[in-house]
Amino acid sequence: MDATPRELSYSQAIQEAMALAMEADERVFLMGEDIGVYGGAFQVTGDLVERFGADRVMDTPISELGGAGVAVGAAMTGTRPIFEFQFSDFATLAMEQIVNQAAKMRFMLGGEVSVPVVMRFPAGSGTGAAAQHSQSLEAWLGHVPGLKVIQPATPYDAKGMLLAAVADPDPVMIFEHKLLYKMKGPVPEGHYTVPIGKAEIRREGRDLSIVATSIMVHKSLEAAELLAAEGIDIEVVDLRTIRPMDRATIIASVKKTSRLLCVYEAVKTLGIGAEVSATIAESEAFDYLDAPIVRLGGAETPIPYNPELEKATVPQVPDIVAAARDLVRGKR
Amino acid sequence: MATARKLVDDTQTNLPFAYRQYSAAQLKEVLRKMYLIRRFEEGAEDSYTRGLIHGTMHLSIGQEASALGICMPLTTSDQITSTHRGHGHCIAKGADVKRMFAEFFGKTTGYCKGRGGSMHIADVSMGNLGANGIVAGGIPIAVGAALSAKRMKTGKVVVSFFGDGANNEGAFHEALNMASIWKLPVIFVCENNGYGMSTSTARSTAVKNIADRAAAYSMPGVIVNGNIFSEIAEASHAAVERARAGEGPTLIDSKTYRYRGHSKSDRNRYRTKEEIEDWISNRDPIALFEGELKDFGVIDDRGIDAIRESVRVEIEEGIEYAKASPSPELGDLERFVYTEQA
Repeated sequence: MDATPRELSYSQAIQEAMALAMEADERVFLMGEDIGVYGGAFQVTGDLVERFGADRVMDTPISELGGAGVAVGAAMTGTRPIFEFQFSDFATLAMEQIVNQAAKMRFMLGGEVSVPVVMRFPAGSGTGAAAQHSQSLEAWLGHVPGLKVIQPATPYDAKGMLLAAVADPDPVMIFEHKLLYKMKGPVPEGHYTVPIGKAEIRREGRDLSIVATSIMVHKSLEAAELLAAEGIDIEVVDLRTIRPMDRATIIASVKKTSRLLCVYEAVKTLGIGAEVSATIAESEAFDYLDAPIVRLGGAETPIPYNPELEKATVPQVPDIVAAARDLVRGKR
Repeated sequence: MATARKLVDDTQTNLPFAYRQYSAAQLKEVLRKMYLIRRFEEGAEDSYTRGLIHGTMHLSIGQEASALGICMPLTTSDQITSTHRGHGHCIAKGADVKRMFAEFFGKTTGYCKGRGGSMHIADVSMGNLGANGIVAGGIPIAVGAALSAKRMKTGKVVVSFFGDGANNEGAFHEALNMASIWKLPVIFVCENNGYGMSTSTARSTAVKNIADRAAAYSMPGVIVNGNIFSEIAEASHAAVERARAGEGPTLIDSKTYRYRGHSKSDRNRYRTKEEIEDWISNRDPIALFEGELKDFGVIDDRGIDAIRESVRVEIEEGIEYAKASPSPELGDLERFVYTEQA
């Protein structure tokens, strides 16, 4: 018996989830730009068009606003579209349909409809694609009641959360960091779900809680290992969902460790870190704090093209190590 | 519709379409619905003036024939998306004015349980997927509903109502293109009342007719007099037939006029009193239709009076129902944001 769990890449895990969803439910189909024979800009849909046909793996014109609207209308009327944006930056073209229509339709109509649409957004920097193809806009959508916004960090979660999103009656926005697509990890075969709205403790520790999202979970885990050698014991909380946020897990972690560092790639101000910090400030965990809360986020700049500048724009492992060390050693 | 006894036999082909297609009872019901739309909006306007309704509203008085003519060939399972000027569409698609008034009054018995108001009025049970506060917002949604119909082979057709202002939104162009390349069962109905708020189509739109846009998306573009019921119904029947046959979308440019301002803030500075008066006196859709019905012997003055009286009573009862209905509980503020799951 081979007890080694099967490993898939993050993008393979997403592809497998979409295939399972389509096999299980005739109503599920995929829409997006160049997701058919091309296989998607990041090869996430891959060869699915060969298995499911062009009717269910639908190439759309370069029409993000119209395409998103078609997905919303389809979801309102009995089908379950999974809409792929080529880059999360292109959400800007479709904000009308996402924010005014998908998010509010159920509410505006007094609960008479639901909008079970899934939208996938390849996000983040690190690919040299410069300012219009590298943003992290998840907090924009996280600000809108009616949407659910998730950021799976592992192949296991990518599959399980996508399957949960397809089963969800409300619009779910999935932000997938492009640098995670090739990351491998254990992924069980068959259908399983990972709940939306539940954070996950990736590493237990006593001295400091790092609440991180997406790729920053991995960078934080790396930082935690480095600091373990110095005797600093870090807890890493993978937020996984930014709306609705699992406040209970964050509060419990900070009550245990008495210190909080938020790490995320999106622009630092007015973002996820502010929300996580406020969650602690407004909770009983505030009284447990031994140090000020610290946020590590993206610089107040568009993402630059130059690779060294690009790296400097978002938190890197040494930044996390330094911030965490300072927090625990009382230099803050 | 097909089973109803027609007014005349098919040999009298020089009569306008509606009088060949529909029974006298159907035609009288159309007149009743035209009055119902107009009196509903007058009642809503009056209630607004009295402070019983807050917010704003966009009245379609003068455009009644368009909503009714388009909806004639639709079944209750066919679907529509509507606009901020959507009261007429809602009534034409079969809504109960009681529940519409209740919505305008913000009551729980309203179609949207008091959460939507005039701008989001809907009746999903009759296939009205909702008015929309965003110009052109409903157009891609209608295309999505048509995609569902095609994927699930339901045989439904979908009508997207929008105004002339929407024809300059990107969503209009993207949606028409997709409907055409995928040959979806959708009908695009531009209720062209000549003004996007204050800006005339002559000043805002590069083509003379909105129907001219259809050529760019390889679909028929049909111009109709939006104040003549029969013309609109005829165009709608042809478009619905084409859609059901799987031949794809049609764009109908229904030229009409709104008597009232854009919304409650409108001072009517962009058009003349004479222009408005000319439309009211010479091209009113109800007066035109009533005249035809009398000319063709479908109805007499007594019949018309009876219709007006029944509508008056229905509107009065609707307003009373709305007034007497309960308001939402403050504790339910966050209901319907997400689907409640067991």
